[in-house]
Amino acid sequence: MRDTFVRTLIDLAKANKNIELITGDLGFGVLKPFWEQLPDQFTDIGIAEQNMTTVAAGMALEGKTVFTYSIGNFPTLRCLEQIRNDCAYHHANVKIVCVGGGLVYGSLGMSHHATEDLAILRALPDVVVMAPADLVEAEEATRAIAAYPGTCYLRLGRGGEKRIHEKIDAFQIGKAIKVRNGKDIAIFSTGAIFEEVDEAREILKNRGYSPAVYTFPTVKPIDRDVINDCSEKFDLIVTCEEHNIVGGFGGAVAEIMAEKGNRKASLLRVGLNDTYASVVGNQKYLRDQYGLSACKIADKIEEKING
Amino acid sequence: MNSEQLAWKIRRHGIEMTHLSGGSHIGAVLSVADIVAVLYSDVIKYNPENPKWDERDRFVFSKGHAGAAVYAALAESGFFAVEELKTHYQNGSRLSGHVSHYLPGIDFSTGSLGHGLSAAAGMAYAAKKDRKEHKVYAVLGDGECNEGSIWEAVMFANHFRLNNLICVVDHNHMASLDFNENTIEIEDFGAKWSAFGWNVIEIDGNNHDELKHAFQEAATNAEMPSHRPTVIIANTIKGYGISFMQNDILWHYRFPHDGWEYDMAVTELHEHKPTDVEDPYTPNGIENPIHPQPGDDIGNDHTFSYTWNTTYPEKMRRVEATPGTSEREHRL
Repeated sequence: MRDTFVRTLIDLAKANKNIELITGDLGFGVLKPFWEQLPDQFTDIGIAEQNMTTVAAGMALEGKTVFTYSIGNFPTLRCLEQIRNDCAYHHANVKIVCVGGGLVYGSLGMSHHATEDLAILRALPDVVVMAPADLVEAEEATRAIAAYPGTCYLRLGRGGEKRIHEKIDAFQIGKAIKVRNGKDIAIFSTGAIFEEVDEAREILKNRGYSPAVYTFPTVKPIDRDVINDCSEKFDLIVTCEEHNIVGGFGGAVAEIMAEKGNRKASLLRVGLNDTYASVVGNQKYLRDQYGLSACKIADKIEEKING
Repeated sequence: MNSEQLAWKIRRHGIEMTHLSGGSHIGAVLSVADIVAVLYSDVIKYNPENPKWDERDRFVFSKGHAGAAVYAALAESGFFAVEELKTHYQNGSRLSGHVSHYLPGIDFSTGSLGHGLSAAAGMAYAAKKDRKEHKVYAVLGDGECNEGSIWEAVMFANHFRLNNLICVVDHNHMASLDFNENTIEIEDFGAKWSAFGWNVIEIDGNNHDELKHAFQEAATNAEMPSHRPTVIIANTIKGYGISFMQNDILWHYRFPHDGWEYDMAVTELHEHKPTDVEDPYTPNGIENPIHPQPGDDIGNDHTFSYTWNTTYPEKMRRVEATPGTSEREHRL
């Protein structure tokens, strides 16, 4: 996903000299193709995310489309007020890119787990929040935010994500994508946790269920139409995110559902259960420890159905 | 309007705006008034008919709390009607306590300290990349330099040789509760900037000749082969121009109330009014002004360290100056 992002951005930046990439001194082995091919559009600004974000805002106000790049919480929580005051309030054309959304950097420890970012960034007016599920969504999201005039947040996995989509027709910010048809249950997934969700669906199928699956590459603005529609059609909506259960993607879906009258569906939110991951382990291991592996997701859904 | 006239207007508007609104920060408005006046009268290229003119110099006012000074300068320079200044802080106004880019002439919204230099540096960096000729001016507070993000920007601006960036620090030696040196020591302030690679010019920032000379020197610095950015450390007095406000931290938050506070402030300004300047509020000054009475709060020490009697083994109150005077603080 990371490499897809860089490849796509190189394409875009070659065609548009106003696209700039600033890194907070991260991206060894990843960003090299960019700085080699587009040296005048690249900046390593050092380990100083507050300055990075506001410099990006200043450049954006002068006509640039500026991508800021770092990992985990560094490009977001470390400089949250800079995003709020300097980027979003000014409608500055700044695209904040985080590599390692969720538990990607599992073994590195809690400091490197980006598990509240969706909720926090979603709370800021005039910030688009995107979390692509696979390489195709990552490429489409990168193109979409580059074309969007304003502040965006792009939460990426790291690499090795499965390809779900062959291609996506008419990808749009704010639109969910139906991946599998089904009945009774609809699973909504955002970000790279999709690979677990898809496997959970297989497990559930073997147990006699047939859930539909949607990916939500955009967490904000959320796709109200799909949520409202599914609320009428299905008995159960399940949200899955590699993120705290509070305020994130599941929270966004819950807000829409709570305000909808006459809905058939109840809601199950799957995410980190309002906790930091203190166990040491890789992403796969931590997902299982904290209830986000395919098997645990399938179990939770079955438990909910059997009430 | 020359810079002395504009500075007087800024002070007069500042007193009126804070008086009407009950707004804070008149001490900072008064310390920075001369810097802002010289910038708008003699230095910055701007066009009030076309506030977004691409060739204008950019101006970032990082100490946004003293925004009344900038509003006054913008109104007097033709960006909007002087009458609008009276709406400062009012419901439905464009003149928020801290500057907002929703007002024509404001390039960048501030209010949270420590952001402005990065924004100015980003603008200067973009201008340099695009080979544009305009300059970027940033005005910072000195207390603001407690923020770590300022020093991130200081390093960045030097590293990228932003010689099109000129920073002015309104070094009024006070923050919001006390003198800097009793809060978080920042001296040797000039040496710090110098150590970070900047050209440093230290002046009396309430002296227009020194300010004008400093901006010329900054322009000359920009042509030097080293391409370093320049900081003007403008040593000012908080509350400058209204004697009873000078060096008195009380006036960081207090506004001139009805009675002797407002009357004495206006009267004192009129005693030093340059020729050919009109006062839109009290054209002939105040007839029979109310004077302070014994027991009124003048000349008292309101710094927090005056009453902070810690048993911590280090001496924490390190400087003082007599409130109501323009003397520099002295070490204890």
